Order: sequence, then structure tokens, then C-alpha cells
Amino acid sequence: MGDQDKLLNEVTQREYQYGFVSDIETETISKGLNEDVIRLISSKKKEPKFMLDYRLKAYRYWQKMDMPKWAHLNIPEIDFQDIIYYAAPKSTPKYESLDEVDPELLATFDKLGIPLQEQKQLTGVAVDAVIDSVSVKTTFKETLSEKGIIFCSFSEAVQEHPDLIQKYLGKAVPYTDNYFAALNSAVFSDGSFCYIPKGVRCPMELSTYFRINASNTGQFERTLIVAEDDSYVSYLEGCTAPQRDENQLHAAIVEIIVEKGAEVKYSTVQNWYPGDKNGVGGIYNFVTKRGICKGDRSKLLWNQVETGSAITWKYPSCILIGDDTVAEFNSVALTNNYQQADTGTKMIHIGKNSKSTIVSKGISAGKSSNAYRGLVKVGKNASNSRNFSQCDSLLLGNQCGAHTFPYVEVANNTAIVEHEATTSKIGEDQIFYCNQRGISTEDAIGMIVNGYAKEVINKLPMEFAVEAQRLLEISLEGSVG
Amino acid sequence: MSDKNALNNATLALQALYLEKKGAIIDNAPDFLNEKRDAALDSFLVQGVPSKKVENYKYTNLVEVFDRQWDVVASKDDANIDVEEVFQCDVPDLDTFTILMVNGWYYPKNDLTALPEGVTVCSLQEAFAHHKDLVEEVYCRYTDHTKDPVLSLNGMFAQDGLFVHVAKNVILERPLQIINLMNGDSDRMCSQRNVVLLEQGSQAKIAVCDHTLSNQAFVFNNMTEVLVKENASLDVYNVQNQNNQTINLSGLNIEQQSNSNVLTHAVVLHGGVIRNNLTINLNGENANASMYGISVADQEQHVDNFTTIYHSKPHCVSNQVYKNVMSGNSEGVFTGCIHVLPYAEKTAAFQQNNSLLLTETAQMNTKPQLIIDNDDVKCSHGATVGQIDEEALFYLRSRGIGEHEARLMMIFAFAHDVLSNLRIEPLRDRIDQLLERRLRGEDSPCDSCAIECNS
Repeated sequence: MGDQDKLLNEVTQREYQYGFVSDIETETISKGLNEDVIRLISSKKKEPKFMLDYRLKAYRYWQKMDMPKWAHLNIPEIDFQDIIYYAAPKSTPKYESLDEVDPELLATFDKLGIPLQEQKQLTGVAVDAVIDSVSVKTTFKETLSEKGIIFCSFSEAVQEHPDLIQKYLGKAVPYTDNYFAALNSAVFSDGSFCYIPKGVRCPMELSTYFRINASNTGQFERTLIVAEDDSYVSYLEGCTAPQRDENQLHAAIVEIIVEKGAEVKYSTVQNWYPGDKNGVGGIYNFVTKRGICKGDRSKLLWNQVETGSAITWKYPSCILIGDDTVAEFNSVALTNNYQQADTGTKMIHIGKNSKSTIVSKGISAGKSSNAYRGLVKVGKNASNSRNFSQCDSLLLGNQCGAHTFPYVEVANNTAIVEHEATTSKIGEDQIFYCNQRGISTEDAIGMIVNGYAKEVINKLPMEFAVEAQRLLEISLEGSVG
Repeated sequence: MSDKNALNNATLALQALYLEKKGAIIDNAPDFLNEKRDAALDSFLVQGVPSKKVENYKYTNLVEVFDRQWDVVASKDDANIDVEEVFQCDVPDLDTFTILMVNGWYYPKNDLTALPEGVTVCSLQEAFAHHKDLVEEVYCRYTDHTKDPVLSLNGMFAQDGLFVHVAKNVILERPLQIINLMNGDSDRMCSQRNVVLLEQGSQAKIAVCDHTLSNQAFVFNNMTEVLVKENASLDVYNVQNQNNQTINLSGLNIEQQSNSNVLTHAVVLHGGVIRNNLTINLNGENANASMYGISVADQEQHVDNFTTIYHSKPHCVSNQVYKNVMSGNSEGVFTGCIHVLPYAEKTAAFQQNNSLLLTETAQMNTKPQLIIDNDDVKCSHGATVGQIDEEALFYLRSRGIGEHEARLMMIFAFAHDVLSNLRIEPLRDRIDQLLERRLRGEDSPCDSCAIECNS
């Protein structure tokens, strides 16, 4: 036990690597939330009337709702009047090349190890960098526009493609969906919009790096992805946030519409500030993510690696409306110290022959709590639908918790639904085996954890897989003996 | 759950019923039960009749059940009919001590003179009079009325029940067979409260058969509290076979001390709405609990098995296997929760729920949960919903077995898996036989039960 404590200490003393504040001038409005603030946000963004109406409807609905209490989380009271709902880098000039971008900003990305230039030159990833809610730079836009692909910030899309926004906004996640979805719908600042036209295979992986920067600003992202018939896109979302003592609220919405024969792959690496080793500070991450496999033979894949945030509350879901649709959810969620996570997915089978797979790997260490919560629902008409769920939990340390709350509802007798879950710790015999072969306990744990998560990490695009693996190592290396 | 949802019409109707009958209920019940009645009402009013918005009753709508006028007969008199003549257990070779309970009351003509020394079986009312200290050791000690509205209702209405005590190191070889009968010429709600206490090193097997004698609708709220002390061993087999108008809300709350061993079986054959709340607290090292259930439902039946296992102490083992065979418009529910508390090291917990859906309109909702707050555990659960494997069916057919027969063989094998753990052989054979007849559609609600009433 002595060894274990020492190792645990080492890990808990590891400072959050990405904790720094970029010195970029930001424009903020005063704290608080009321209809005037919403009108102000809308007018600052020069939005058309339908957007303002949508926001106000959402806000009025939100006012009638109560903060949900069902999650296995201990959430301190959030004062929604103590949050700044809008922060944008002052003046957002349009850049033609990276050279014009604020060098501070570029340096921020360099520190994160994801330099835009390198990405642009070496990997061919188009990056829509969102710093504090306003999209600053979109690369590769021209290459994409040749194919008819729209990839821009949400506010730009509202200006330039209002018809598309009006058509798809709130279709997957209506503002009435839940407390945080309503809040987001009322105050969302910016986000990404991605439209892949019929028959187009997006030639590169689209990527957005979100970053919360200014102090005390909740970030309310909104992402909308529309994949028309027979198109394909792989979308990456990655997050890091600077170190802060006050908890910051992040309530995002991601909506995905997948039409007939199209395929969307959405990958996330979430590494927001988890709070320090005493559980002070950290991001509250309350996200509503949902995709609709609308057309026949459409396919949607959610891949996520969650290592950050003080509280994570996130259920990327799929509604399988079309026949022969396919959905996958692959997740690694890691919690350490006082982190709490309640995450999982919903697979709603409506179409015939729809198939879904859920692989969830939870890793809890320190005094953290990690819960999987999932729903698999097979409707009356979803004949021959198929689901397989696997939820494994790995416990490192005797003060952490791992919980599983799967819901399975089947109303069709031709459906086959399977769920299995295991909870265990790293076996002493496994470590002994490695030690015996000259591998230190620390390395052995790293190996075992990486092997445990490999199934999911392998599904991530290359660039992300590397980062994800590194994140797991940073967060876990040597946390048990 | 907020108070505004709790005070629905069903809740108010039950409150009114209680206030109307309170005088008669109190007159015919021991003080010990009466003392807790008003507190039970208070906690019931806070919780209310659970709607589907209440997480624990998400899949079983009790508002529908209680949204009508139910009656309560608060005196024992109507239970004093002579049932012995019309009632005989017909399980072949089953040698048991038979105890009849009628509408929640202890049947006065039960003959238990043959019970071995050290075993006490009597009505709860009598137990309060003669063995108060023993009853107090269990009654309401490990059960909290504020945690479950059905439990609160039991606290409000129950007037009698069964008391079983097995003294230290006494081994009861012959099983006790408790037959809960519902009888009457009008619809009614019957509540029963049982207390079972097994002292150190004792052993007992209890078979419980729930049965209706008349075709009225009943609500049977049956709550059993059990304390199993060190090194004691208890088997509880519950066969539920009531008419399909009947609502069976049954609670079994078991507290286990170290090295104790408990086996429970829930066999559901007939009944309208069935909800079995099973709570086991493994509150001593090396305690072992096995829970099995098989439900065969058709027509409009609703079967909900709700289990909660607390691993409070290290080195305990729990094992749950529940299977459902659903046909007609029936709806099956399984909710199982394994809760491993901090410091319950070396816990091994296993939970499994398999369901077969045989018709297009049958439904199954399952929610196997793990809440684990300790790292040194081996916990797993699995849940499947599906139908008969076509390949296996083909295998049987290719060997000359007709499709219908092959199907039955497979369903039977699926169900039998659970029954093989039953430790009273004649009862196991009988249930096997009942299941087979049930699956073949050869039964009527009347003859497919462990007890034939010949009425």
C-alpha cells in the first residue's frame, strides 16, 4: 500500500499540462441571463429574425424547467445569473492565410501540440478553430467549397445559408429536449456547421478545436452536421481548456442528420481542465449530442475519449429511423481525483434491420465516480434489429466508483439485444507477470490500461489516436501499484 | 420525485380509504403494528402512488392499478371460511408443514403440532403477544417505510401475517409450505406482513404459493422481513399463480449476517400485475445469496422483478439469474441493482437476465445496474432479449423433430436452466411439469398451479 500511495501521490501532483491563459483581447457582455441578453447576443451576431425567435422560445421554455437530478453526479448549485453568456475575441477579421492570424493564438495551439500550420501542411486536416465561441479561422475552405462542401462557423452559416439552418436547426435536438439543450438553444454563441452535398465523399477529416479561454465564460457551442444522400464525412472534435479555479459551464449541442446511404463518423477527444487534485475548479461538461440516421442504409459512428472535465454528462445518441441503418458508439471515459462522469448513449431503433453496437470502457481512479448510462430501445416496427452492448469498468484505487445503468426496452420479437458488463481491477497476477519479465509496475499498468482501451482507440482517426493514447498515459501512469 | 406528482388521485383515494377504515383496522390489529401506521401514511403521502416518472416504477404503472375504488376488509371474520375441505395441495411426494394464510390473515385451523422443537410458526398477532422480543429483532429494523410507497401502504393496512422462528442450530428438514389464499365475493385489497428469523446455524426451506380461490380482483400486498443470522441457511421459493385480475405486490427484504446462505426463487405463472421487490443486504463477511426467477407470461400480464443487492461487507458472493418467456401482449420487466459499498473487498457479484419474446406484441424492458464503490471486486452482468435460435431449431428439425415440438423443447430448456437450482426435488419436478403444460397451452389458470383448489 505504501508504494501505491507514493505512486498515487505522483500522479495527483501532476499539474494539468494545458493550464494557461492565452492573452487575447476578448469582448464580453455583463453577467447574467434574461431576454435582453439573448436579444443582445442575437443582435451582436447580426442574426435573422428566425434565430432570435428560436432563442427566445428556447429561453422561455428553459425558465419553466428544473435542473435535472437523475444523474449519478453530485453537481454543486449552478448560478446561471453569474455567468457571462457571450465572449468573443475582439474584432474577427477574415483571414486568407495563417500568417494573418494573431500569433498569440497560434502559439496557444502550438502549446497544445496541435499547430495549425503543421496540420495544414502535413496532415491535410481542415481546422475550424473556435476560441471562446467565435470561429476565428477556417482553413481549407476553398478546397472544400470546390466539392460543394460547406464547413464554416455557425454564425457564418446563419448569415450565408439561412435556409439550411432553418431547415435543420433543432431537428435532432429540439430545444425542449432537456434543461441544458434549452439553455444552449437560447444562448449559444457559435459553433460549426458542416454540409456535405449528395454523393460527395469529403476528401479530408474535418476538425474543430474548441477551447474555453476567457475567464468565467460559459461556452455554448452548437454543431450541426448534415450529410446528404450517399455522402461521407469524418469529423473530429478536440477540447482542452486552461486552468481555472472557478468551475466553468459548458453546455453544447451537436446535431447530426444522416440522409440515405450517407456515413458520418464523429470523433471526440475531450481533455478539459478536470479541477485540481482536491476537486477544486474544473469544467462542467453538459453536452447533448444526437444524430438521426434518417435515410435507409445510413451510418453514424460516435467515437469518444473523455479524460477531462470535473463533471461530464454526455450521451451521444442515435435515432435509427431508416431501414438497414447502422450506428456505433465507442467510448473510453477516464476519471481521476474528484472527477465525475455520467456518460453513455441511446440507441433508438425505429427502422427495420437496424444495427447498433455499443462499446464503453470506463476507467476510474482516485476518488472519482464513473458511470455508464445507456438506453437501447427497439420500437414495434424495428424488425430484425440488432444491438450488442459491452460496458467494462476498470477500477484503480479503492475509493473510486464505477457504475452501470443500462436500460433495454424491446417491443419487437424479431429483435436481438444483448448487453454485458464487467467490473474489475487490474489483476495482481497480471502485474506480477509483467514484473517477472522486468517491466516496472508503472509501465505494466500503462500497458494494461492501453490494451484495455485499445478496442476503442483503434477506431479513432490516426491523429486522435496518438493524442488519446498520450492522454491516457498522462492521466493514469502509475496511479496504482 | 416532487410532492406535486405524489398527490395524484390514486394517492388521495388510498388516503381516504385508510382514514375511513382506520378505526376498524386498529381494533383488529396488535399495537405494535398500529404504532407505525400514521407514520407510514405520512411517508406514503410524501411518495404517493408511483407514476411512470418515478424511476423505480418506470415500467410498472401503479397509478393505473390504484386509480379505482378498492375495498379493505379489516376484520378477520371473513377469512374464517373452511378452506381445508376445498383445498388440498396436490404436489406428489411433497412432504411439508402446510400453513394457510387467507386474505392476509393467519388461518386459525393450521395444525402445526408436528413441528420439531425449536421451530415456531404462528400468526404475527400471536407472535407479538408471546415472542415480542424476537419479532422486535426483525420487524422494521432493516426495512424503511419511507423508501418505497408500496411498503408504506403495507405499513398502513397490514394487520396480520406469519411469524417463523428457527432456534439456534435447529435444522428443519421438512420444508414449510405457506399458501397465501385470496378469497372473497368482492374485489379487495389484502395486506400481509411476515417476519422470519433464523438464528445462528439454523436451516429452513420455505415454499410460498400465492393463489386465488375466487375470480375477483385482488391487490395482494405481501411484505416479508427476514433476518438470517451467522451460519444460517434459508431457501425461499415463491410460486405465484393467481387469477389474471389480481395485482401481486410482493416484498422480500432479507438481512444476512456472516457465513449465511440464502437462495430465493420466484416462479411466476399467472397473475395480472406482478411486482416482486427483492432486497438482500449482505451484511456479514462470507455471506452468499443466490436469486433465481422464471416468469412465463401471456395475455395482458405484467411481470416486474425488481432486485437490489447490497454488498455491505467483504468476501460476499451474490448470483442472480432471471429469465422471462413472454407471449401474448404481456410485458416483462427486470430491474436489478448490485450495489457494492466501499470497503466490501473481494466481492463477487453476478447478474443475468435473459428474455424470450414469442409474439409480436410482447414486450421486455430490462435494466441491470451496477453501482460499485470498491475496486477489489469481480462484478458482471448480462442481459439479452431475443428469440429462439433458428439454427438450433434447424438442428433439431433436421433430426426429425417437428417444428412445434422443437420450439417447445428449446423454450423448456431455456426455462429449466433456472429451475435446476431449486433444492426441493418434488417441488422442482412439479414446477417443471407445470411449466411444460403452461408452454404447451394445456393449462387453465386453475389447474396450472402448485395447489389445486378443485373448485
